[in-house]
Amino acid sequence: MTPDTENRNLDELDRAILNEIQSHFPLLPRPYAEVAARVGSTEAEVLARVQALYDSGVIRRIGANFTSRKLGYTSTLCAAHVPPEDLERFVQVVNRYPGVTHNYLRRHHYNVWFTLIAPSASRLEEILTEISRESGVEILSFPAVEVFKIKVDFPV
Amino acid sequence: MELSDLEQRVILALQQDLEVVPEPFEAVARRAGATVAEVLRVIQGLKERGIIRRFGATLRHQLSGFSANALVVWQVEAAELERVGRRLAAFRQVSHCYARRPAPGWPYTLYSMVHGRNPEEITALVAEMANEVGLDAYELLFSDQELKKTTMRYFREDDPE
Repeated sequence: MTPDTENRNLDELDRAILNEIQSHFPLLPRPYAEVAARVGSTEAEVLARVQALYDSGVIRRIGANFTSRKLGYTSTLCAAHVPPEDLERFVQVVNRYPGVTHNYLRRHHYNVWFTLIAPSASRLEEILTEISRESGVEILSFPAVEVFKIKVDFPV
Repeated sequence: MELSDLEQRVILALQQDLEVVPEPFEAVARRAGATVAEVLRVIQGLKERGIIRRFGATLRHQLSGFSANALVVWQVEAAELERVGRRLAAFRQVSHCYARRPAPGWPYTLYSMVHGRNPEEITALVAEMANEVGLDAYELLFSDQELKKTTMRYFREDDPE
């Protein structure tokens, strides 16, 4: 699978930088100087490129992604069947929770799919009950029993 | 999972994104009340223990060429989950693959997130995947709209905003 690169104004240097800071972010006091050394550029140029990629929205964020389970948190994937006329209100109720990190409208009888992370199993159940009560929509919850893959790096 | 006091402070300090500056760990160190060297050592240790799953830039997929995605749900016998899960996870275009508890009226037990340039590409790929693992009970749920996508901030209030 070759990503469609035509409509993105990324040159070779942008791509090299993105691949480094996605997958091999240097844990050094001056990480961008190290990236510059790897891609054959200067720290100032790399910083300017990264800032531009941030500003144009290619980079969403730079930082740590935690394994929620290892911090004592619990998570689940939820689905709901929401009639079109109730959709806006339902999404408003669901999205207010900081633990709802992903929410997608999907082409299916169950048309709203969101992930929920909470500090405990009981809090998770409580949030689902609150959402159902407030929205009048029944929610299905499918907790993970095994993880085969979580990957967020995409070669560019 | 036992966390030292320093580790807890660094984890809290990492709930904010890194700034795009020459020395981005300075601000983290300040928030954690630690030195940059300590922060870097703690991050390395948390990575090794899998508490930090990854550290670096997160890109918007749509802007990096993968504009379409489908959640593909598969009906898999318990005894087959391990084999099929591993096989599906091995596809490059699959970003997430989980076994999940089924629910009444919902027999699907394996979930894979499949990315591609357009729905046609994804449909063709999923047919290929189904053939390879020998399953025909599955559904594709194409995403029509992203309603929310954020990063979890831990150890904060989780009440509605």
